[in-house]
Amino acid sequence: SHLDLSEKYLEVFYECSLCLQKIQEDLNKQLLENLVGFLSRSHSDFQEKTTEWTCRMKFREIPTAALVLGVNVTDHDLTFRGLSGILQDNITPYVALLEAKDCPGIKNLMQKLMGQLMKCDIDVDSLEDEDCVQVSQNRIRCSMSSLISWYESVKKKTDSETPSKKRNSSSRHWQSPPVVVIFKDMESFTTKVLQDFIVISSQHIHELPLVLIFGIATSPMIIHRLLPHSVSSLLCIELFQSLSCKEHLSTIIDKLLLTSQFPFKVGEKVLQVLINIFLYHDFSVQNFIKGFQLCIVEHFYSQPLSVLCCQLVDTKKRACSLSHDQCENIRKLQVLSWLKRLKEETVKLLEDLHVYHENYVLILRCLHVFTSSLPKYPLGKQIRELHCACLENRVWETEEYESSLQLARMLNKTDLVTMLQQCVEILMSSSGKEFDKTSEKLKEFLTQFQNLEDMSVLSQKELQKKTDLYHLQKTLLELKESRRSKKLTKFEMLRFEVVDYIDSLVRKYLIPADDRTLHEVVYFNTASVLREHLNAAPRTALHTALNNPHWYLKNQALKCDGGGISNKAPDICIAYKLHLECGRLINLVDWLEAFSTVVMAAEEPNADAASSDQVDDTIHARFIRAISELELLGFIKPSKQKTDHVARLTWGGC
Amino acid sequence: ITNYSVQRQHFSFPSIFIYGHTSSGKTYVMQTLLSTLQLPHVFVNCVEYFTSRLLLEEILIKLQSCSGTEQTSPVRCDSLNDFVRLFKQAVASQELQDQTLYIVLDRAEQLREMEANILPAFLRLQELTDTNVTVVLLSEIVWELFRPNTGCFEPFTIYFPDYSIGHLQKILTQNHPPEYSADFYAAYINILLGVFYMVCRDLKELRHLAALNFAKYCEPVVRGEANERDTRKLWKNIEPHLKKAMQTVYLREISSSQWERLQHDGGEPGQLKGLSAHTHVELPYYSKFLLIAAYLASYNPVRTDKRFFLKHHGKIRKTNFMKKHEKTSNHLLGPKPFPLDRLLAILYSIVDERVAPTANIFSQITSLVTLQLLSMVGQNDQLDGPRYKCTVSLDFIRAVAR
Repeated sequence: SHLDLSEKYLEVFYECSLCLQKIQEDLNKQLLENLVGFLSRSHSDFQEKTTEWTCRMKFREIPTAALVLGVNVTDHDLTFRGLSGILQDNITPYVALLEAKDCPGIKNLMQKLMGQLMKCDIDVDSLEDEDCVQVSQNRIRCSMSSLISWYESVKKKTDSETPSKKRNSSSRHWQSPPVVVIFKDMESFTTKVLQDFIVISSQHIHELPLVLIFGIATSPMIIHRLLPHSVSSLLCIELFQSLSCKEHLSTIIDKLLLTSQFPFKVGEKVLQVLINIFLYHDFSVQNFIKGFQLCIVEHFYSQPLSVLCCQLVDTKKRACSLSHDQCENIRKLQVLSWLKRLKEETVKLLEDLHVYHENYVLILRCLHVFTSSLPKYPLGKQIRELHCACLENRVWETEEYESSLQLARMLNKTDLVTMLQQCVEILMSSSGKEFDKTSEKLKEFLTQFQNLEDMSVLSQKELQKKTDLYHLQKTLLELKESRRSKKLTKFEMLRFEVVDYIDSLVRKYLIPADDRTLHEVVYFNTASVLREHLNAAPRTALHTALNNPHWYLKNQALKCDGGGISNKAPDICIAYKLHLECGRLINLVDWLEAFSTVVMAAEEPNADAASSDQVDDTIHARFIRAISELELLGFIKPSKQKTDHVARLTWGGC
Repeated sequence: ITNYSVQRQHFSFPSIFIYGHTSSGKTYVMQTLLSTLQLPHVFVNCVEYFTSRLLLEEILIKLQSCSGTEQTSPVRCDSLNDFVRLFKQAVASQELQDQTLYIVLDRAEQLREMEANILPAFLRLQELTDTNVTVVLLSEIVWELFRPNTGCFEPFTIYFPDYSIGHLQKILTQNHPPEYSADFYAAYINILLGVFYMVCRDLKELRHLAALNFAKYCEPVVRGEANERDTRKLWKNIEPHLKKAMQTVYLREISSSQWERLQHDGGEPGQLKGLSAHTHVELPYYSKFLLIAAYLASYNPVRTDKRFFLKHHGKIRKTNFMKKHEKTSNHLLGPKPFPLDRLLAILYSIVDERVAPTANIFSQITSLVTLQLLSMVGQNDQLDGPRYKCTVSLDFIRAVAR
């Protein structure tokens, strides 16, 4: 059954990964298209009109794209991979990716650059003359002139091949395709390397059509900080900004979690952990996805009922093949007492769950339309916040929800109408028939609003019609009167009705998942496991291990209550506990004495015979080993102030 | 220079050092001179051939191809000793003994960064190789900054003065576009120099700017609103435009191609934000606090930590609180290094909720270092706890703290 499970797990896993891949490709599409446009423009200008006066007079700058990608450096790899793929498909086979850590000097940079460029060439030539290139690469001089001669030779080669077989490939690339050099992490490059490279290549821009791409994590100001004016004036810099990582995350949550496409779901606490790591720590979408994948793994690994976590069509089949133990598990979760109909009942419940989720998502989106436009956003601006709030507990019982409703009752008409229209659109987009009535009802509201408008227009017209002063005064007085008596206008009545209706929808559909039977099958909710894995606290773990070894070793003998020190604990733990009581400087002799007292405590009866001022040699050795281990872990270091003392490197104590 | 090398068979001065500001025509003059007089020469840029080996090999390769023989064979030259030997061979085989050979080293300041023997050896190459050779060094800095400690052969120095505004105008006017008269273009250059001469005397840059903005200058003429003589009208049209160019294109805030497109579409440059406009950096929640904590640690003295970050600090007498040297603004003194523990302590006290010292926090510090927002100071002692410096400005930290 284990094998079986892993198969099922893989199925879900692959589905998610495929979806994610697609999302990410789509996200960077716009940016990449802009870049490709820039690159194709960059050198074609010069090729077309070299004879013109302005072109002769103008200094030829190196076209440079400054690509601002945000601080989530871990995500950049994927972007660059996509970018170089697209460039190779559309613009030029010659793309080199440079990283700062490979290029401490200009020499390394040139080596790396030439190595990568010549490899591209091999790929294009389908490896036919690999040997000769390989040999020459070792001997080749890493200078610009050899790079240029290489470029000339490959250009000639592709030109000569054009008429024969490679027609389609050369139509993708131009006659002289540009050479694209990507600096992945601009911030980490040293100024000198960049300056030298730019100066050198600007001298040869006529022979080697180079295009630079700077990957920038912080702000484009860094270009001015790294390059003096004499160098930056050699560049023709254009700015490209990628989608912010927060928007990126929103899309992923939208496509991955707020959909009934995948059987697997995450619970509120787990989602909160994932989002917190993203917002508080790294802004990395990749890490978020990794965390999500870890959830899938954990769910299938630890939850026996995850067998049933599959697409709706397979549910029946899976349920029928449930073993006795698994049935028992299900029975434990709910009050079904008869085994006979258990399987059918399970299938039905799972179907219900699926329907519940579908409805949930739709109504959640509708509610979000309202809450996202309220002042101060009591329920959060993003749909993920609303989602978390709804999953956590009954959202209609919260204060925030109450204040949201209050605010919603004060919305003006135009806003309300547009929101209702949006809701209708959302509900219409669903394939199910569940919400036909609801959308009918909302449409009805809309027409009522329309009627109101017509009526008000009419009344205004009436008002205008009554030219005679007496009548006008009278009507105005009436209006005033009605306002004073706080009699609700028709619009206000209708507004109340709408809000109440939305409220009723929320109460009906946005029930937290925990309240549903069998939610354990599809919802992963053990946040603590995830936190341990993703947000590890090495210092805390180390302290726990040393202070309370029972926590990790699970040995009954080590269990101690209060602050006492068990003499059965490992030596390093004893030494650590003793040092916690000391100040910044620790006297080694005192420490040793305390240590030997603790260790000897068990052997008390026969110890008094041998008790002397002299500490046993073995204990001495054990002590020395313990403190050297502590030194290695960075808790203490030898002090220069007093020779027989060590200094504590952690806080605490006196 | 011609004075020193009238007769090609005579030995000339072993080394000449030419210096002058950027684009004062050093390279151009040398190149034209050598090629018009058809003197045998080798022209090498020292930035391009960044190691001594590359440089020496390049000279030999160029030497092979410099007179007649087309085919170049790969040369291996690892040391100066080899170079002298191979150089002699090359000169002999090319039959150049009877005339002066010129080796021009452009951007010669790079030579100082190579091995110590390279520069002195080039200066007395004539003596070392016993051939008729003159080494010409071109540089932007004065000879005094070159002179090695151990002493060397003093080259003959020539100074190229900066172009005056009159010179610049003459040179720029020479390349006028064929469609317009030289006078018309000269008037334009006059206006251009009026705007840019204060900030930029680089001929290359000026020529570039002239070409970029000329189309705009011609606009009234093309539309028929003014004729070529109508300088005042033309000046009114172009002057604000050039001023805008000075603030944007010249500083490379927006690229020249974007500028041209703007001009073409007749749009306002205000629509395009320059590079400096995008200063905002979005950071994760804790990274923001870490950066603020680092900033505080870098600019506040350690003694004040207790006062600022503890709730029950003791009373401090105000008069003695500030020592005299601390009265100068810390911002003028620049950031000071601080240990990791202090950073974390300040972090814990400025964040409202409890922060667990998780691995993520530590990796965030490292990533701030890679983003160059913090910098590590003296990473030799890992056990002692690393020390950092905060490298961002007050404005930046204000934006983050908002």
